[in-house]
Amino acid sequence: MSQEKRIPFVRLAKRAEMDRKKVWLIRISSIFVAFILGSIPMMLTGSNPIEAYSVIISGSLSRPVYIRQTVKIAIPLLGCALAIAPCFKMRFWNIGAEGQITMGAMVSTYFALFFVKKVPNLPFLPDGSPNVTLLLIMLVSGAVAGGIWGLIPAFFKAKWNTNETLFTLMMNYIAIGIVAWLQGGPWEGRKGSQLIPMFDKSARLPDVFGVNCGWIIVLVLVVLMYIYMSRTKQGYEIAVIGDSVNTARYAGMNVGYIIMRTMFISGAISGLVGFLIVSGSNYTLYSGVANNVGFTAITVAWLSQLNSFAMIIISMILAVLDKGANTLQTRMGVPASIADIITGILLFAMLSSEFFINYKLVFRRSDKKEVSA
Amino acid sequence: MENKCAIEMKGITKRFGKVVANDSIDLSIYSGEILALLGENGSGKTTLMNMLSGIYQPDEGKIFKDGQEIYIRSPREAYQYGIGMIHQHYKLVEVFTAAQNVILGLDDEKLDLAKTEGKVKEIASRYGFDIDPSMKVYDMSVSQKQTVEIIKVLYRGASILVLDEPTAVLTPQETQKLFRILKNMREDGKAIIIITHKLNEVMEVSDKVAVLRKGRYVGTVETRNTNPQALTDMMVGHAVMLNIDRPKYEKPEEKLIVEHLTVLDQEGVKRLDDVSFTAKTGEILGIAGISGSGQKELLEAITGLYPIKNGSIRFVREKGKEVELMGLPPKRIRQEGVGMAFVPEDRLGMGLVGSMGMTGNMLLRSWRKGKGLLVEKKEPEELAKKIWEELEVVTPGTNYPVRRLSGGNVQKVLVGREIASQPEVLLTAYAVRGLDINTSYTIYNLLTEEKMKGVAVVYVGEDLDVLLELSDRILVLCGGQVAGIVDARSATKEEIGLMMTQFVTKEE
Repeated sequence: MSQEKRIPFVRLAKRAEMDRKKVWLIRISSIFVAFILGSIPMMLTGSNPIEAYSVIISGSLSRPVYIRQTVKIAIPLLGCALAIAPCFKMRFWNIGAEGQITMGAMVSTYFALFFVKKVPNLPFLPDGSPNVTLLLIMLVSGAVAGGIWGLIPAFFKAKWNTNETLFTLMMNYIAIGIVAWLQGGPWEGRKGSQLIPMFDKSARLPDVFGVNCGWIIVLVLVVLMYIYMSRTKQGYEIAVIGDSVNTARYAGMNVGYIIMRTMFISGAISGLVGFLIVSGSNYTLYSGVANNVGFTAITVAWLSQLNSFAMIIISMILAVLDKGANTLQTRMGVPASIADIITGILLFAMLSSEFFINYKLVFRRSDKKEVSA
Repeated sequence: MENKCAIEMKGITKRFGKVVANDSIDLSIYSGEILALLGENGSGKTTLMNMLSGIYQPDEGKIFKDGQEIYIRSPREAYQYGIGMIHQHYKLVEVFTAAQNVILGLDDEKLDLAKTEGKVKEIASRYGFDIDPSMKVYDMSVSQKQTVEIIKVLYRGASILVLDEPTAVLTPQETQKLFRILKNMREDGKAIIIITHKLNEVMEVSDKVAVLRKGRYVGTVETRNTNPQALTDMMVGHAVMLNIDRPKYEKPEEKLIVEHLTVLDQEGVKRLDDVSFTAKTGEILGIAGISGSGQKELLEAITGLYPIKNGSIRFVREKGKEVELMGLPPKRIRQEGVGMAFVPEDRLGMGLVGSMGMTGNMLLRSWRKGKGLLVEKKEPEELAKKIWEELEVVTPGTNYPVRRLSGGNVQKVLVGREIASQPEVLLTAYAVRGLDINTSYTIYNLLTEEKMKGVAVVYVGEDLDVLLELSDRILVLCGGQVAGIVDARSATKEEIGLMMTQFVTKEE
């Protein structure tokens, strides 16, 4: 056996500390790598990737009406990613945003259906305009409902240290089940339709620049969440717990209470997203109201490294993919699920870029050659 | 008789990112010799030996065995070359017996426990080990576990043994026993390397000393031609004073009274059993004991972090007024205005927030201050800068994550913050563990300064020599009980060593 062969062909070595600019450069370039890899499944379906990508772009951004539809997809994604961020910062794996959205949507719908005639609008608004009082009630009640739905698993975590991942996941199906029951039972509109009636015009969110005003609410939330996480005492507590529960206890923090409070806030934002969905775009409630937003938002939060402002960009990218893929399906016959595949590849590429930020590969007999993504 | 060169390492270099852990090191290891590998923490001793035992591969350099160049790619291959390492943290299966642990991982050998046990006994009697091969690991003391680890290596036919800080967890008596065994193995022609930073042990057991400093090889000397002071100078690179100052405080007064303290862990096992003592102002109360004798629980119970079953912890305010602290959470203790500071054993996991910079960590004590929702960052920022300057913390800036600082600097940040809170009681757990000599002395001086300011200092330590030099009184813990409280000025190391194990021997 020659000695040469005994040295491993390739091995891993820890990399020197990189400066932040370079780190972000690697992260951004990984997005491009993802799109290049994404062209492989496109070619497998027999279409030209360049053409397909241009269809995705033009189908989602080329006309004002497309842009509006894309933004409409991005709003709940962004809102929900903001909701998840503090939990993940705390290392509380809340994957129950789906259920928290559903509960928020359900309670908002309750007021939209049954209080539309009972709540007077503000006196100075003309007839036929949205009922601001009702919308505010819907917003607050939706947020509280989502908050409570998030508080339940947090309570059990704080008291008996139950596993929050399983707990929040199960809570999703309970919420969806309750809505399914309402849909076919007490809240059913026309008998046998299995549908809840459409909201009255006054219970719908008004449009601003052609998109429901939810986008303004969500952008305000971006700023608020940024300040909350980086400047406030509560944000500091969350960061300390995420780093080490023991340090938090040492510093005199009441960890259980903080977990519950944070989950209430997170659930409340998700509940508010639920309200935005029913009152801003669906105008009705059905069991699939959250439409996987609660799960996709995890991807958004993770890809943005929990940075509020980066979430705007990431949620827009995913919305463009989603909207564009639909156009792709109608125009080129490529299945719309290509968007999901690319999103998956995107996640992989971003995660592996973290690996290459920390490690490098060293090949045998070539001490200078390094490979990075 | 001229001993044979067993292993030769030439020009070994190992880098971790920017850090050069080993910088072209040459080292020769001879059969029938005990070589002490001496160096401060972070000087690259363990890294070098990990390359010998196949855990790491060197970036540059060559290893020769009997003149032949070899490549060691895994611990398994290291065994094939007769190299075995006993790590600082034992890697045993708790629910297995000694013999089962010994045979674990030897797939080309038939599973015949009786035969293994016989062979284990044979090895044990040859070198003077005291072991029962059918004893379960969870029933064993630390030194017995270490014995299993050593036998594991010998069973695999190792002729070159590396021991990483083998005495760190042993009592003085157990250390003596280990040294006798090491000497027996030397007579048998084994090559033995012990990694250590304890000078008196080096002088006692080794034939040669190789010194590393900051990843570089300083030189090898014959033990009989050197002395502790010369070795320290080699290790540190300049002359160091090895004495700790112990001034006497004029009027010590009772500050913290602990009575009949008993705590249970989650399984209901007694971790502290009827512990009573008093900490006085202007005094360093040393706490000695084998690790895991209740030191951690004691300090955490006092600071409100560990649930208490029974007992009383009273803090004496001015004019002799007492406050009962038992059962109060840390937040309430602070609200009561009890000036207590705590430097916990787990610095990054309990005392500090690793992902934050110095400023963020100063905030850990003051974040509640100020009205409103926003945190007040100006004061902690100033405090961070002050500690950065006064304690000469090496960091690029006050917002650089403390996790990336070296151990000594991490400890400076932690101790600096706790002292800055102007405590009346200062509790420290293993305050110098893992620190280089200079930083250790900085910490000793800081503690003595605090003591002379009239602070009641509690110092949980592991190095008995330091405890005897630094403390005024020493409380010895054994299995959660107080084995005794002695005057540090008159007590001896052997006396304390016996107290550390007194209840264990009684039971047996």
